[in-house]
Amino acid sequence: MATPGHRSGTGSQPNRLDRGGLIDRSRTIRFTFDGKTYTGHPGDTLASALLANGVVLTGRSFKYHRPRGILSAGSEEPNALVELRDGARREPNTKATMAELFDGLSATSQNRWPSLEFDVMSINSLLSPVFVAGFYYKTFMWPSALWEKLYEPMIRRAAGLGRASDDADPDTYDKATAFADVLVIGAGSAGLMAALSAARTGARVILVDENAALGGRAIDDAAEIDGKPAADWVRSVETELSQAKNVRILRRTTAFGAYDGGTYGAVERVSDHLPKAAEGAPRQRLWRLVAKQTVLASGATERPIVFGGNDRPGVMLAGAVRTYLNRFGVAPGQRAVVFTNNDYGATTVTALKRAGVDVVALVDSRPELSEQVKRIAGEAGTKLISGGVVTGAVGKKRVTGVTIQTRTDDEIKLECDLVAVSGGWNPNIQLTTHQGSRPVWNDTLHCFLPGVLPHGMSLAGAVAGDLALHKALAGGATAGASAATSTGRQATPTAVPKAAEESEAITPLWRVKNPNGKAFVDQQNDVTASDVELAEREGFRAVEHLKRYTTLGMATDQGRTANVNALAIMAEITGRSIPETGITVARPPYTPVALGALAGHHREKNFKPTRLPPSYRWAKEQGAVFVETGLWLRPAYFPRPGEKDWLETVKREVTTVRSAVGICDVSTLGKVDLQGADAAAFLDKIYMNGLKTLGIGKARYGGMLREDGIFLDDGTVARFGENHYFITTTTANAVKAVQHMEYCHQWLFPEMDVQIVSATEQWAQYAVAGPKSRELLQKVVDPEFDITDAGFNYLQVGEITVCGGIKARLYRLSFSGERAYEIGVPARYGDALIRRLMEAGQEFGACAYGTEALGVMRIEKGHISGPELNGTTTPRDVGLGGMVSSKKDFIGHVLGKRPGLTDPDRPTLVGFRPVDRQARLRSGAHFIARDAVPSASTDEGYMTSVAFSPSNGHWVGLGFLKRGPDRIGEIVRAYDPVRGGDTLVEVVSPVFVDPEGVRVRG
Amino acid sequence: MRIACPYCGERSLDEFLYSGDATVKRPDFASPTATEEFVSYVYERTNPPGMHRELWYHAAGCHAWLVVTRGVATHQITSVEAAREVALKEKSATKDTK
Amino acid sequence: MSWSHYSIFSVLRESLRGHTGWGPAWRDAAPKSDYDVVIVGGGGHGLATAFYLAKHYGPLRIAVVEKGWIGGGNVGRNTTIVRSNYLLPGNIPFYELSMQLWEQLEHELNYNAMVSQRGVLNLYHSDAQRDAFARRGNAMRLHGVDAELLDQDAVRKMVPFLNFENGRFPIHGGLLQRRGGTVRHDAVAWGYARAADKLGVDIIQNCEVKGFKREGDRIVGVETTRGYIGARKIGMAVAGSSSRVAAMAGLRLPIESHVLQAFVSEAIKPFIDGVVTFGAGHFYISQSDKGGLVFGGDLDGYNSYAQRGNLPVVEDVCEGGMALMPRIGRVRLLRHWGGIMDMSMDGSPIIDHTPVQGLYINAGWCYGGFKATPASGLCFAHLIARDAPHPVAKAYRLDRFATGHAIDEKGMGPHPNLH
Repeated sequence: MATPGHRSGTGSQPNRLDRGGLIDRSRTIRFTFDGKTYTGHPGDTLASALLANGVVLTGRSFKYHRPRGILSAGSEEPNALVELRDGARREPNTKATMAELFDGLSATSQNRWPSLEFDVMSINSLLSPVFVAGFYYKTFMWPSALWEKLYEPMIRRAAGLGRASDDADPDTYDKATAFADVLVIGAGSAGLMAALSAARTGARVILVDENAALGGRAIDDAAEIDGKPAADWVRSVETELSQAKNVRILRRTTAFGAYDGGTYGAVERVSDHLPKAAEGAPRQRLWRLVAKQTVLASGATERPIVFGGNDRPGVMLAGAVRTYLNRFGVAPGQRAVVFTNNDYGATTVTALKRAGVDVVALVDSRPELSEQVKRIAGEAGTKLISGGVVTGAVGKKRVTGVTIQTRTDDEIKLECDLVAVSGGWNPNIQLTTHQGSRPVWNDTLHCFLPGVLPHGMSLAGAVAGDLALHKALAGGATAGASAATSTGRQATPTAVPKAAEESEAITPLWRVKNPNGKAFVDQQNDVTASDVELAEREGFRAVEHLKRYTTLGMATDQGRTANVNALAIMAEITGRSIPETGITVARPPYTPVALGALAGHHREKNFKPTRLPPSYRWAKEQGAVFVETGLWLRPAYFPRPGEKDWLETVKREVTTVRSAVGICDVSTLGKVDLQGADAAAFLDKIYMNGLKTLGIGKARYGGMLREDGIFLDDGTVARFGENHYFITTTTANAVKAVQHMEYCHQWLFPEMDVQIVSATEQWAQYAVAGPKSRELLQKVVDPEFDITDAGFNYLQVGEITVCGGIKARLYRLSFSGERAYEIGVPARYGDALIRRLMEAGQEFGACAYGTEALGVMRIEKGHISGPELNGTTTPRDVGLGGMVSSKKDFIGHVLGKRPGLTDPDRPTLVGFRPVDRQARLRSGAHFIARDAVPSASTDEGYMTSVAFSPSNGHWVGLGFLKRGPDRIGEIVRAYDPVRGGDTLVEVVSPVFVDPEGVRVRG
Repeated sequence: MRIACPYCGERSLDEFLYSGDATVKRPDFASPTATEEFVSYVYERTNPPGMHRELWYHAAGCHAWLVVTRGVATHQITSVEAAREVALKEKSATKDTK
Repeated sequence: MSWSHYSIFSVLRESLRGHTGWGPAWRDAAPKSDYDVVIVGGGGHGLATAFYLAKHYGPLRIAVVEKGWIGGGNVGRNTTIVRSNYLLPGNIPFYELSMQLWEQLEHELNYNAMVSQRGVLNLYHSDAQRDAFARRGNAMRLHGVDAELLDQDAVRKMVPFLNFENGRFPIHGGLLQRRGGTVRHDAVAWGYARAADKLGVDIIQNCEVKGFKREGDRIVGVETTRGYIGARKIGMAVAGSSSRVAAMAGLRLPIESHVLQAFVSEAIKPFIDGVVTFGAGHFYISQSDKGGLVFGGDLDGYNSYAQRGNLPVVEDVCEGGMALMPRIGRVRLLRHWGGIMDMSMDGSPIIDHTPVQGLYINAGWCYGGFKATPASGLCFAHLIARDAPHPVAKAYRLDRFATGHAIDEKGMGPHPNLH
């Protein structure tokens, strides 16, 4: 990199220096800001390109709509926020300082109307005496109704900066996980040295940096390393690291959060610097970086000094001025004043002078200055004002001059168009505080340094308080080597390159006492020094009170240039030290992260996985209508041409089952294979009812409770051998029931010899139900198996073969109340079996039925399901109290007997039918006694499940009614105000079809 | 947080489910004070601010239940054991003292 | 002079003299040797309790002791939602009383906490979910609470920007409580503090309770980092730390501490008016008066006293957000943080006396504590003053687990992390 040259002053980029910077001058690219076209070069940011073009007004502030320009050159930028791109890719609040320039970039200013130059809302500035911190807590109270109608809409219209896109984000996002021995965060001089010395040990190294180019401040300051320009050294390190197989460099990647177990969240902006993401490439990628050791080399952020008009466009951080000069070859002004309290400020004079910028004055608040500072001023021919302060920047949409108060209290006015400010540096300690560690105040450097570090983290460079380049290089080498050593690698010392010694001397100055004009602490949220004073006056002195009351530090820049100054001002007002006043702890993310990146590909149809039952493809061919049940997509019903609505279809399916035969995919039921010498004893523990007497080749209903006596799940238990059982659970609770069983086995009853395997996905299972079901099955079951009632009666199970030798299991179970079977085959035969069954069923008039008909038939039979097993009901509530064993120890036995669960007044399961048989029932309706006035005290229960019963020709329902079984025959109201329903219903038995249970047995 | 499953190795938090205090023991259902004991077992928790012995389930892995010892203020894990092994050891210890 | 009454007139008058006339919103009181009632915990519930005690049950000498700065717990760390759309009779009247107290809050406190009733909409995605919402909506209506069951068209009119067309889970409709909404959370703590202070309550910050002093089975005072303070009655309102504080009195509670994360985006121009919850994902969202999207999801799921969570839940929540409204992909997450929830064994709170005479407990708020603040304060004050539960809070007994009267809205059973 060459020394910066002079600004051209003419042509399309008047402030571009004639040489220097890391930009590619061989190419010129075009971009627009607020519709006007400008040019820049690859390597520019939007901010550097705007400055090159002489654009200094870039935005309006949040509350007062004051004109704002570019303050910084990094991710701490509070002011220069734009909407980047447009249409569906519109990206609000983008920091111009972080947006890399690409050909065709379009950016629009925010929060102004009608234009950035003439913003009507800047009238708020006139009302600023009223709009102080917290004024809204004191007013807008009268009359109450106007809050939602007038005051709040007014506030909301003014709220926010940029606009979110109106359309779905068309780009894709990716997620990835990577593991490292040593993760290095920050690729400045310290980070590069750390990565280099760790990499040379053979350790797996990941190096991340939020910028596109490596090198950090050494480049910004055009420093020399080993006697050469820093850029040359950076290039050589970069080459070595890029060629090492054990190193991964992630550019444009911000490590935004330090989480437990050495896990760091990072976001890589893969395509944001391109006009369009490459084919198949994501816009951004979320990295979960898992590291044994982490070297944090995150650098430091320069802080401003608070003075009057310090928000005027043209007031910039001094380090940023050097960055624009050295990294981008841009002179941000022509006549500069440098205002500082530390020795780094003076280096700005040199950099400006070298670029041919006239430095009118160096204002250093320290009365005594080092010889070096004096020499710099002398060599530059700059007026040196020691012990003085800039009290105000004047001008409107751009700084035109400053007022200076000298040591002897004289006021000087100087003309300038650039004010470079340095109040010192705040180490970027955010990641060290994400796990709750409190930073520690350092009285020499006058900044917070990290406190106790997260497990596995070490520091290097400015974040450790080593601001000077020579220290950062040495610190990086040590940190990288020792991190690698603690992962078991052997380190040989890496030579530390030479750099000139720098002075870190500083005498704190946080704000100017008598500011000339409004003095901003938090520029984006328009929090002034007087707001801090007001907060103090009103008792909001704790740092969190201060932040919350004034909104300080809550803006998109996370208060990176505001928080410490505010704290120091509060300390000054209250006469306490800074650490006594408070400590600010950062929350992730370090810089804001796109929600799209955090979501990755889990959106639209891919939000959650979709589970497809084995008959899915066949059902789809049949034109089935599907329904979401949890993650499953199940056929709800199978409409046929000419059927006018779902109800007609479902009626036909039910009627077919009850009169002939129907087939339903029930593979979604949870299935568990249970084996072992203690299997029977184990089942006795987990089921409320006795299963000891269950014979081989038989199945029985099983009810499972939670330890608190509430129903967890139910299903069937089938016994295939002495020590072999096969269990089904409900679809909804399949995962939970397996988890529960494994808990019982591994934790509660570890001595039991049992093995539990979830087999839900391994079996395709079909219910074949209806009077003709056996005849149909006869067509597919191999002839050597006797499935006549003599050989295979109700509740029998057996291992058989079908279709010429394919292993299968047959269960004589019924949910519909008809003669019915469930047949299971290995899942890979599921598609073939449904086709074979349907083909075989043709002669019997078979149909496929879905979850709707399944539901109708179970309601007609009074079987409980999800709506009844809602996590608050007991066996007694659902009419199964008689089944509960009183003798054995089972999960839920003891607590199930508590008075609250055995209260006879508890709503209990009964059936309902409408008095007017034409009336429709709805579940969710509440029951009210016929003559009662509906109210909380007359509420006696609720309807859980309803269906139109083709068998009865009217709607039927199940529900919980106080003392329900005692009230059979009573008429009550099914009251449903949210749907305008109020229906008289008769309390009946919950079994609406074949109450004697004759049909299941054939 | 990362949990070192004794069967699968160190895995990320999202593979595991947490399931409460591992120091409470299921009482004897035949005890004369069974109800009080079960109420305490199911509902009452020490919920200490420091180290906590707790149950986790490797749901998206091997389905092992684990006893994890973890600082609840620091999230630092100091030990991970297979719950069945722990339970067997505790049961045999109880038997020995009887 | 300082303006003790807040109004547009006092603000205008102060604006003419640089706002130099305002005094502290509340006194930073030093502890006295004894009080009639000491409330432990200067969060929303503790401050509200002190205010209602002073307002309705006085005259009493009352102090609130807070280990840090007031409002530093969950009242300052939540997603600001208020609603009374509960299902169970043990809960509805209590939360409805809270809703009514919110509705008159700014006048009761002379403090604008920005109670904003822009509606709370719970989306449903299946017939079963619709019916469950109907049951809930009907229960609310039977208790005199507003509830509307919306179909898809009505939801589309209210929130057209949701993903109706291409979502993994179709949006069939929603349960709407129009009176639900949001409240500026910090202002609740400050408003109660200021109003309580005006009624003579001592608010003592940086005063951590280190132990309780008993004489026999009666409480007589607290040991604090600022010395011993005598008290006839002590009320604990320290959700997040309930187990720790109760342990000092020898109590074990049906509570586990869990971390719940909350999220806020950069400020963007408002487009979400009310609160929307996504019934098929773990996600709910509103937009603040500053323009930030305020959202959250599930608990991290493990016991924690650290006020922070981990990445899996961050991702899970943002996935829910993108599934529901894919237009927010380029909006950025500004900050996420965690709060410590008193997760009770049935998901419902406890407002009761303890076995120690004179010691009362207000705990177990799970993540419903913020909306409950006014009613919790009023009912706890009633209990402390009268030694009898307030009629709307009588179900929140400590012994309900022993008797089998759990109040389990979600039906998840004794698994605190699932409520």
